[in-house]
Amino acid sequence: MEFENLNNLQKDALKEIGNIGAGNAATSLSTLLNKRINMAVPNIFILPFSQVVELMGGAEKPVAGGYLQVSGIAPMSMLFVLPEDSLKLFLNILIGKPMSEKIQLDEMDISVLKEITNILAGSYLTALNGFTNIEFNPSVPALAFDMAGAILGNVLQLYGEVSDYALVIESIFMEEEKEVKGHFFLLPEPGTLEIMLQKLGVVF
Amino acid sequence: MDLIKVGMADLAVCKAPQKLITTGLGSCVGVCLYDLEKKVGGLAHIMLPDSTQAKSVQNVAKYADTGIVATIEKLMALGVDRSRILAKIAGGAQMFNFAGTSNIMRIGERNVEAVKKQLEQLKIKLVAEDTGGNFGRTIIFDPQNGQLHIRTINQGEKTI
Repeated sequence: MEFENLNNLQKDALKEIGNIGAGNAATSLSTLLNKRINMAVPNIFILPFSQVVELMGGAEKPVAGGYLQVSGIAPMSMLFVLPEDSLKLFLNILIGKPMSEKIQLDEMDISVLKEITNILAGSYLTALNGFTNIEFNPSVPALAFDMAGAILGNVLQLYGEVSDYALVIESIFMEEEKEVKGHFFLLPEPGTLEIMLQKLGVVF
Repeated sequence: MDLIKVGMADLAVCKAPQKLITTGLGSCVGVCLYDLEKKVGGLAHIMLPDSTQAKSVQNVAKYADTGIVATIEKLMALGVDRSRILAKIAGGAQMFNFAGTSNIMRIGERNVEAVKKQLEQLKIKLVAEDTGGNFGRTIIFDPQNGQLHIRTINQGEKTI
């Protein structure tokens, strides 16, 4: 199935997947930060590769990206993106890293961010498993702090051989005062979509 | 100043004083092909090494083999003599460091290899390159003098 041909019912089902998964992840995040985390209703985007990066504020924008691959019968990629400003605040709240003009990530920061990616993806996948019964096997997360385009490009290459479009389920988390804003991207591989939608009872 | 933006898996050509820019190159490779006499240049933002691995090729700019050929054709349409075309390349980084090195994580390296192989086959001289590493690059190409300007977040700026 081509991503471009999804109908509204299928899109709504995907939105629901995003909603439940991200809701679970937001609860985990809230426990970690000991702050109330709000979550916007997820957006479903079917975009040409070059436009996906605009969701992250442009190709050159510095972001931290925690990435992991999920294997099994429904393979996908998960990417948790924090823009520079949110990243500073996030590390400040979590481990008391002093806020500075220019951010340099040390080993401690990197392992914290990897662990966050792990926890978020884990809670997301637990929710997905809860209503699809599909078993998901997440990889160990990898982390990069660099230009958004460079990070995303590396992830989108997975899909490059089969498509020019990516399906993105985007969840935005916000701390109460809207300071910490993270994006969570779920990028199903071709074929995964059919499997998940079928489990949800949405027929093609 | 006239700056033409080249997106991911896209290509464009221009004539000085116009310049070409592609932002946030990670494991993708930016291939600049140019003719100093005509002051015409092209930039392809290559995403994958090999079009023959794809089920169908809708976008030639995405692949090293087809992207380079398509850029050359566009340059020739602007009156460039094929034998005068030179090349500079940048990108091909590895953004993520996984414990187990799966194929996808080596894609930057594979892209650079494929680009070089294609240039060699087409007998196009590779004048300069800034490839590899684990950081993103934004590149600006000026067909006026053939200079390729590279900027990064933590690794400074340079011109090759």
